[in-house]
Amino acid sequence: MIGNDNASAAPALTCAKCNRELTLGKVTVSYLGSEFPVDLLKCQDCGTVFVPEDLALGKMLQVEQALEDK
Amino acid sequence: MDHNRAKERENQCIQEQPPKCMAACPVHVDARSMIDCVRRGDYKAGFAIFNKTVPFPGIISRICDHPCQTACKRSDVDATIMINSLERACADYSDSATKKPLMLPKKEKKVAVIGSGLSGLTAAVDLATKGYRVSTFEAADRPGGHLREFGVETLPSDAIEKDLSLLNALDVSLHLNSPLGNPQEDLNIDYLLAEFDAVYLGIGPAPVESLLHGLVDTSDGLITITPLTYSTSHQKIFAGGGHRYGHIYSPITSMMDGRLAAVSIDRFLQGASLTANRELEGPFETRLFTKTDGVSPKPATPMANRFNGYAREEAEAEAARCLNCQCLECVKVCEYLAHYKSYPKRYVREIYNNDAIIMGSHNANRMINTCALCSLCKAVCPVDLDMSEICLDARQSMVGKGKMPPSAHDFALRDMAFSNSDAFTLARHEPGHSTSNSIFFPGCQLSASSPEQVTQIYEYLRRNLSDGVGLVLGCCGAPADWAGEKAITDTAISAFADILKKMGSPKIITACSSCLRLFRNHLPDAQVESVQTILAINPLPESASVKTPEHVTIHDACASRHDHAVQGNVRCILEKLGVKISELADNRHLTPCCSYGGLMSLANAEVAEKVVRRRISESDADYVTYCAMCRDNFAARGKRAFHIFDLIWPPSDEDPAARKGPGYSKRHENRAKLKLHLLRNVWNEKTAEEDKPMKLNIPPDVTELLEARMILIEDIRKVIAHAESAGQRLLDRKSGHFIAHYKPVSVTYWVEYSSDGIEFTIHNAYSHRMELIEGISK
Repeated sequence: MIGNDNASAAPALTCAKCNRELTLGKVTVSYLGSEFPVDLLKCQDCGTVFVPEDLALGKMLQVEQALEDK
Repeated sequence: MDHNRAKERENQCIQEQPPKCMAACPVHVDARSMIDCVRRGDYKAGFAIFNKTVPFPGIISRICDHPCQTACKRSDVDATIMINSLERACADYSDSATKKPLMLPKKEKKVAVIGSGLSGLTAAVDLATKGYRVSTFEAADRPGGHLREFGVETLPSDAIEKDLSLLNALDVSLHLNSPLGNPQEDLNIDYLLAEFDAVYLGIGPAPVESLLHGLVDTSDGLITITPLTYSTSHQKIFAGGGHRYGHIYSPITSMMDGRLAAVSIDRFLQGASLTANRELEGPFETRLFTKTDGVSPKPATPMANRFNGYAREEAEAEAARCLNCQCLECVKVCEYLAHYKSYPKRYVREIYNNDAIIMGSHNANRMINTCALCSLCKAVCPVDLDMSEICLDARQSMVGKGKMPPSAHDFALRDMAFSNSDAFTLARHEPGHSTSNSIFFPGCQLSASSPEQVTQIYEYLRRNLSDGVGLVLGCCGAPADWAGEKAITDTAISAFADILKKMGSPKIITACSSCLRLFRNHLPDAQVESVQTILAINPLPESASVKTPEHVTIHDACASRHDHAVQGNVRCILEKLGVKISELADNRHLTPCCSYGGLMSLANAEVAEKVVRRRISESDADYVTYCAMCRDNFAARGKRAFHIFDLIWPPSDEDPAARKGPGYSKRHENRAKLKLHLLRNVWNEKTAEEDKPMKLNIPPDVTELLEARMILIEDIRKVIAHAESAGQRLLDRKSGHFIAHYKPVSVTYWVEYSSDGIEFTIHNAYSHRMELIEGISK
């Protein structure tokens, strides 16, 4: 439902805390009682994730609005 | 909203009422739609509409006595539309054959129709269409009755024959030379009652005493006919047409009689009530309102050849005169109502359905939250229907059921919470006084837009009013009220009421129309008036004459729609200032909202933009408002606009009409600083030094982005503070920027920033409401 379509164009990100490069991993996002699995860049040590701007303002926003109108 | 109330509101809207022509027509020809087809030159479609109601279009289009034309609304302006001539044009130019109506399956029951004038023919056609076996008996040697008395120039025989071919198509058996006779003759009433299940008598105006004993009033020899049902004293016999009207012949009324008698016969044969739900049969008074103001007079289109009827061009010119009667008064003045492309009757239904559904999408949520709640619709509505009431009720219901989209009003409610937090709230008697005769309540928006003026107004009030003028800072609760958040509104109002009580219940002086209205509605015992009133009756301060424009136009605040005193006082102040005033066409009680009301601009930026653009395009003159949000909304789109206070306390450093209002973050900052400024400078209190916040560098394009995305600088600070203290941040190796996120309450903010050790430069920010479930699963 919420996919990170631009994974290949993802920035080169390092977790500044763990000094480890972020790699794609499964993350759960939730809103108003619904949960979705998403592939996001993630620090495999501390679990910090990255939500890119186009995902937050695109698909995520669409799903938020659809759930709000349920 | 309960079902009955929704129904009541739906019925209140008159837009779906028929136009006057249609309501006056005994058989309700949809002349408005037909004429619209003629206007477009589509005679085929026009004919289809006419023929849908009238089975004999060639006849009726030539001889109708057209009560529709007497009723036509256009006659209020100049001359009635020549509706009957346009019917004739449809019949002449459509090249369509009279359409055979869709027949129901054949029934066994038989009906006799006596007389083949218009009433008998219509009854025969309608009953045959319903599947009955119909036999028509005509005394003469050809059908038509009264129709044969028109001259051939008016109604040529071939027009009659063409229309009557329908009888054949519908399998109506026609018996000519068959007069209804005395009991000893072949065709008599006893025979008919024995052979048929029902009888319709469409027999013309002559007395029939000798033929129909028992049915007839002996004083005049005519059949006694019950008006609504066309029934007689014999349950199987119905009657109508010319027999009811004597020698006054109305073809369209005869047609109506045949049609309505056929309805009764059908009901009788099916064992249904003859009287239920028949109120709107025949001519009636419509409730539709149509404004004719501004319609330029144009005489009826002349007909070059009276016998041939209108030529095509003539017909189309005449059709173009039709007002296409609609109400739509509210839709015409409200961009919000126009945006959703319908009208209140439909909107009420949608809103009710939205409220009632349990499963599935609530598709009207956004529409409900877009209304400015300004009640302009009610001000222009001929029947006082108020969409504000309906939308606010729906919002309260959504909040009550937990169905209000969290994103709809979150920003405004957080803004209100800020204004009612310690950062802004303040309640003090005037320095040197232990009581207050009145208090000044500037509200949250003037304090955010023009904090200096709040200080100046407070000084002015202290100088001009006696017995102590206290000051109360805070938000009145209007945003929560608009959001349908009753509990939050009540909390805000009762907190304010407690303050008032502690201060000795002083008079409230407001600077904002919304605060004024809210206090009057929710605190009926409180005395409330506006700063404008004080300014109108007291001398203006010296600063008032410094920078006054020559000429302005007034935009009234929608919250003051019915506050004639405030409207008058604003004009009085402008006169005192010597400013020439021109009025907008829609002023005072007809003023539209600027798009801030009802939190419209936060719920639907697209509609809000239309609303504000329309208003600012109405005059080239500089506007004067008396609401800070109206002024800021106009100025944000490049419209020169003053707040009335700008003319009295002009800002020293800039052109007040051209200045852009502060953004969301600056508005918070202005309120907080105003409180500290007043405490220090009016009450001479030492306030704690503000914490030195981290130094931010936000380039103008990013500031604009934050404004559009409604991200406050205080939230940016929280994200960076969290990232820097917890170390939870990402490094973009290409740009060298840090990316961090944090969720202070319900929204997760992402900030891309860099730091040179002295200040943080913000490169980007965005947000989402979805929650991330982070961490490493074990």
